[in-house]
Amino acid sequence: MNRFAELLDRLAYEPGRNNKLRLITGYFREVADPDRGYALAALTGALSFKHAKPALIRDLIASRTDPVLFGLSYDYVGDLSETVALMWPKAAMAAHNNPPPPTLTEVVTTLRTLGKTELPKQLERWLDELDETGRWALLKLVTGALRIGISARLAKTAAAALGNKDPHEVELMWPGLAPPYLDLFAWLEGRGDKPVNRDPAPFRPVMLAHAIEDTDFAPLDPADYIAEWKWDGIRVQAVAGRDEHGHITARLYSRTGEDITGSFPDLVPALRLPGAIDGELLVLREGRVQSFNVLQQRLNRKVVSPKLIKEFPIHLRAYDLLGDDENDLRELPFAERRERLETFIGKLGDPRIDLSPTVPFASWEALTAARADPAGAGAGDDADAVEGVMLKRRDAPYLPGRPKGQWWKWKRDPHIIDAVLMYAQRGHGKRSSYYSDYTFGVWTAGAGGDELVPVGKAYFGFTDEELLQIDRFVRRHTTEKFGPVRHVVHEGDKGLVLEVAFEGLQRSPRHKSGVAMRFPRISRLRWDKPPREADRLETLEKMLKAEAAELDA
Amino acid sequence: MRPQDILLPVASGLCCKPGGFHIDPIRPVERAVITHGHSDHARAGHGAVLATQETLDMMRLRYGENFAGSTQAIRYGEEIWLGETSVKFHPAGHVLGSAQVAVTCKDTCIVASGDYKDAPDPTCTPFELVPCDVFITEATFGLPVFRHGDAADEVKKLLASVALFPERAHLVGAYSLGKAQRVIALLRQAGYDAPIYLHGAMENITHYYQSRGIALGELRPVKGVKKAALAGTITLAPPSATSDIWTRRFPDPVTAFASGWMRVRARARQRGIELPLVISDHADWDGLTATIAATGAGEIWVTHGQEDALVHWCQSKGLRAKPLDLVGYGDEEETETPLADEAEA
Repeated sequence: MNRFAELLDRLAYEPGRNNKLRLITGYFREVADPDRGYALAALTGALSFKHAKPALIRDLIASRTDPVLFGLSYDYVGDLSETVALMWPKAAMAAHNNPPPPTLTEVVTTLRTLGKTELPKQLERWLDELDETGRWALLKLVTGALRIGISARLAKTAAAALGNKDPHEVELMWPGLAPPYLDLFAWLEGRGDKPVNRDPAPFRPVMLAHAIEDTDFAPLDPADYIAEWKWDGIRVQAVAGRDEHGHITARLYSRTGEDITGSFPDLVPALRLPGAIDGELLVLREGRVQSFNVLQQRLNRKVVSPKLIKEFPIHLRAYDLLGDDENDLRELPFAERRERLETFIGKLGDPRIDLSPTVPFASWEALTAARADPAGAGAGDDADAVEGVMLKRRDAPYLPGRPKGQWWKWKRDPHIIDAVLMYAQRGHGKRSSYYSDYTFGVWTAGAGGDELVPVGKAYFGFTDEELLQIDRFVRRHTTEKFGPVRHVVHEGDKGLVLEVAFEGLQRSPRHKSGVAMRFPRISRLRWDKPPREADRLETLEKMLKAEAAELDA
Repeated sequence: MRPQDILLPVASGLCCKPGGFHIDPIRPVERAVITHGHSDHARAGHGAVLATQETLDMMRLRYGENFAGSTQAIRYGEEIWLGETSVKFHPAGHVLGSAQVAVTCKDTCIVASGDYKDAPDPTCTPFELVPCDVFITEATFGLPVFRHGDAADEVKKLLASVALFPERAHLVGAYSLGKAQRVIALLRQAGYDAPIYLHGAMENITHYYQSRGIALGELRPVKGVKKAALAGTITLAPPSATSDIWTRRFPDPVTAFASGWMRVRARARQRGIELPLVISDHADWDGLTATIAATGAGEIWVTHGQEDALVHWCQSKGLRAKPLDLVGYGDEEETETPLADEAEA
């Protein structure tokens, strides 16, 4: 347990993805079965036991420490598990007779079967046996609050790296595996056969598109491609299959393979035919696709209430078929898969699942026109939820990852405004010596004339060279410092104008300006522009009104 | 004699009227008795200064030859009469030359311990327990959450990270006086014998440690070394330098910080530290409480740090205790000024 705690501790501070991977892979290499398997389960959220309540932890510490000292300590540290882990007094027993600290395996297997009344005594014993970091990790684990910035995908990738395997392979077999993953590690270390996924509804690694640039079109022949709308929703894979008893199992996966079925129980009954659909999750009201802002209300919900289901009816818009009953279609050319998909959706005949239409075009000019006006090119009322077009080669098989030249995404042009840099903050990790997080604002009428009001924050979009330039500007034009934040000069004729690109706007009572941007990034530095010529809040408000008007129409 | 008639906090520091001196005064005074060389305790501009030879040397390094009107060196265990009081120095185990000052007047002995630690440190004389009537203790880490553990284990953590990331540079933030040299000595004890690199601001004081016979192995200035050559190396730097432009000379640096504050995650995260190393030159909670009990003092004065918790603890043990209102002392974290150093770095 102490070694696992050490890993968690280190991961909690490490900002870089590759370094996190190396830390986890290093742990898998160093630690034996079954401990490392339970660690993988903990990192992927695959452990299941009843979590301890914070009140129980409070009771434990209260019985061992002075309440005043605990209060002062908790105030200082600000985190219950950490406070308890740090101030837990060692039991006053002979040092030579101490039992060894528990292994992760012991903790996990004991917690699975432990009765509620036995838990406090057991926790106390473990807390006595572990060191500070071990106690911290234990408390985080038993309270179910293991937040260390690791995705399940990252942990699986680290496991794959142990055997130099493609993470997709691990993803593919994952639903058929169970902690402590002895078969997985045996295969990764070349000691055993590749585990077979016997899951009736497994995830298939997804195929992704490249963003197309103007210069990419020249060698492409429009006749080789099929175009579809690019929907502003959530990419999902909806899989149904028969288990050994012939019953249908249906699952919904995110594009990274996370099982999100539990969040969308209203879609599950629609998946009654064995097959694997690649499509977009959307919210439809009266047959019309709602904006991403609306869809967002249904995402990341632990509890899905009937009210939520009624107000935000979920819908699947299908654009590919990877499996049809027992048949794996991924080797077939896209054009053939598309035909199979049309038949499949027709057979399903469910209003919650429909086909994503293709966009007919004979030339790139025609497609350019369609992309500029989706409403007039067939998207009709749903045009608001279109964020561009997808181009897929007719003869492309379904390949995992982002293969070159097969699929292209051609997004609508983003919205652009000129805003003024107001505050800058240091970045993390590699960027910790740079002011790389920027708050920018636009003009609005204030009590004493025009003033800037912050409308957003961005920390990417610029090149490394531009980052150096902005960093230098920030350091030379700081007017005040508040902790890590620098107040950068922003007056009518003094300051830096940033061209900010963003995907959409939302009303936001939490921001002083009343608006919040989606996906803002710095697209250009406007050294040439005096701040007074930057955009005004009214411009953004007009955009909001235009969106609202379209929604109401 | 009442203790407060011997030592009394005043605006310029802890004043001893019967002895005619101040301990660690924060403003210029006629006669100063100085516990150790950290800048919040050892300031320039006093008339006469009494301190250990090492402390005097460090003040000279920092402030120049004329840092005081006159100086007098005192050895550990040596007793000097000042006015009606006897003054005796005892090792505090905090940094090289650090001392506790025992002031005895008539039948009452007060020990002003300055900053101290009871943990082993290869770079200074170990802390000595001095029985007394009144014990003045620091409380930098005066909360039961601060338990520092074994510094050697933290250095192992650092070396494990260097082994795991051989293409990255490891940058260890450490106070220039004391902590940096202790970390270097601990690295040597752990068997690390590669050259260790130094930020410019650490060179003088580190060389001074070496001149006092403390073995630190091969040290090199980091200035002028090519970026690629710093892969897999360890560099010691003042804490504030580890998050600034200066770090851009290193290949993908891992930022470590050797400090007792690193025990608390939020503190480490706030500073953007990737590898916190809990190594402190101050006593931790267990050290503070054990020391207080062992001095046999019936009255405890608690100063700079988390006074409330320690005063509460003392009272719960039946000791008379009060916070001592002394201003101007922080931990070195706040007082280290690297901006001037950056130029020479």
